[in-house]
Amino acid sequence: MGKLDKHYTALAIWLLSLAAITMLVRAADKPDAKLLQRGEYLANISGCHDCHTVLKMGPNGPEREMTSKLSGHPQALMMPAAPTLPQGPWMGIFSATMTAWAGPWGVSFSRNLTPDKETGLGEWSEEDFLNTIATGRRLGKGRPILPPMPIEALQKSSLEDRRALFAYLQSIPAIKNLVPEPLAPDTPAPGIK
Amino acid sequence: MTLRRIGNLPILAGFCLLLTADPGVIISPPAGTLPLHLAETGLGDAAAVNIFSANRSYSPLYPLWSDGAAKRRWIYLPPGQDIDARQADDWIFPVGTKLWKEFSFGKKVETRYLEKVARGEWRFAAYAWNAGENDAILVPERGAPNCYPIAEGVRHDIPGVADCKTCHEGQGRDIVLGFNALQLSPERDPEAPNAEAWASGMITFTSLVEQKRLDHLNKNLARRAPAIATALATARARASLGYLSANCGGCHNPNNPQASAGMYLKAEIDSRNGAVRMALSTFIGSKSKFQIPGLATGQSYRVLPGHSSQSAIVYRMESRNPYRQMPPLGTKIADRKAVELIRSWIDNDLGATPATP
Repeated sequence: MGKLDKHYTALAIWLLSLAAITMLVRAADKPDAKLLQRGEYLANISGCHDCHTVLKMGPNGPEREMTSKLSGHPQALMMPAAPTLPQGPWMGIFSATMTAWAGPWGVSFSRNLTPDKETGLGEWSEEDFLNTIATGRRLGKGRPILPPMPIEALQKSSLEDRRALFAYLQSIPAIKNLVPEPLAPDTPAPGIK
Repeated sequence: MTLRRIGNLPILAGFCLLLTADPGVIISPPAGTLPLHLAETGLGDAAAVNIFSANRSYSPLYPLWSDGAAKRRWIYLPPGQDIDARQADDWIFPVGTKLWKEFSFGKKVETRYLEKVARGEWRFAAYAWNAGENDAILVPERGAPNCYPIAEGVRHDIPGVADCKTCHEGQGRDIVLGFNALQLSPERDPEAPNAEAWASGMITFTSLVEQKRLDHLNKNLARRAPAIATALATARARASLGYLSANCGGCHNPNNPQASAGMYLKAEIDSRNGAVRMALSTFIGSKSKFQIPGLATGQSYRVLPGHSSQSAIVYRMESRNPYRQMPPLGTKIADRKAVELIRSWIDNDLGATPATP
């Protein structure tokens, strides 16, 4: 083997080692397939899509718009003021997309759960997600999580399930969709206007 | 269940019915082994008129706004055990430390209680005062919402344990708020909103140094308590920054990277010399993700020098819309004095910049 061949062989070994290490590091970063599978399963059975994936009318009736799954209330859909409910034991009303909800708490809009960095959960850490569930407050510190989000049901889930859910949500396609902030009920605010 | 516990339940139920008009309050026995009566925590007599001498009162330089409540505070430090003060703005308290904070709106309404029961472990409780103000009883773990009228259409919430933790946890190495080198400075700030009158015998940073209750304190810092003195420090700037640190910095600090939104309002004290720094560039002249209603997109700033109307900090301090207000909990009435102070600081002291830079 000539001197040059030796150099090429050494270079090839070095490059192959680098590629192998890179693959190993990437594999270590990725949540394992079972965790993602569990997270997807939980998202499907616990009704996440009911409110966070837009409902649209299809050839066979209402169906979920899975191409933008879990991206919340569509930014472009401006909702008019919620209609006044008739007398009687009625409490709330919701949009045809099932992403805007009016009730005694005001109007809430289903959030974007995709990993988009600006408008979704892309900048959230697992700890942020866990704190939000544990406290029922955004990021564990901010405004309360609003109806109809079944936060109390989620608080009864196991830590493993919450982690799986977060891992799955971080693995789905990121959709840029800025969901409006919730509107407070029409009550005069005390203090300064 | 012991006879004593059975005996306690009707008292607790009676307290809830007496204090709250909210039918949603769940009457449940308290968790853990917290005493049922405030007096049993070791504060003083049943009415908290005579406080035990081991419990020392203190008053922070920049108090937290609590809808105008008058407050009294005490701390108990176990004898022979001192505060680890190696980080000037992040003290670690000895196991056995207790703190009390009493809230009055014309009359005593509640007293909150913190006790360090083990390294890194605290317990939180609130005690509600009876109508005669001669006994305070443990509030259920979920708190007592809307328990006392404080203004027209506004009722005070006694927080639940989860709400206590929302504010107190995530500070740093320990969980106490309002008791550090800056807050106990004997050099009072005459412009500080809601500052309380001093009483003789109150703990100060200096008295803690003299009594050698601060371990590992840097000698330079021991000579003089820290004070806010930045390049922007007019008297109004000093008070504004102190107010923001005490009222917003609990969440808006680097320990909460997401919840703080990268806006750091907590005053950081240099442990070597007591210099106080604030990360002004994270909020002054910085665009706000929160859009002020009525302004065009991109016109909202965290603080825009010369333009308080474009400064989201002012808007959110002033708002009591429950989804926009800041702080998001612990207050239902805006702090009028503080809003005017911060507005005036932004409009007059920070210098005008073009409205659309």
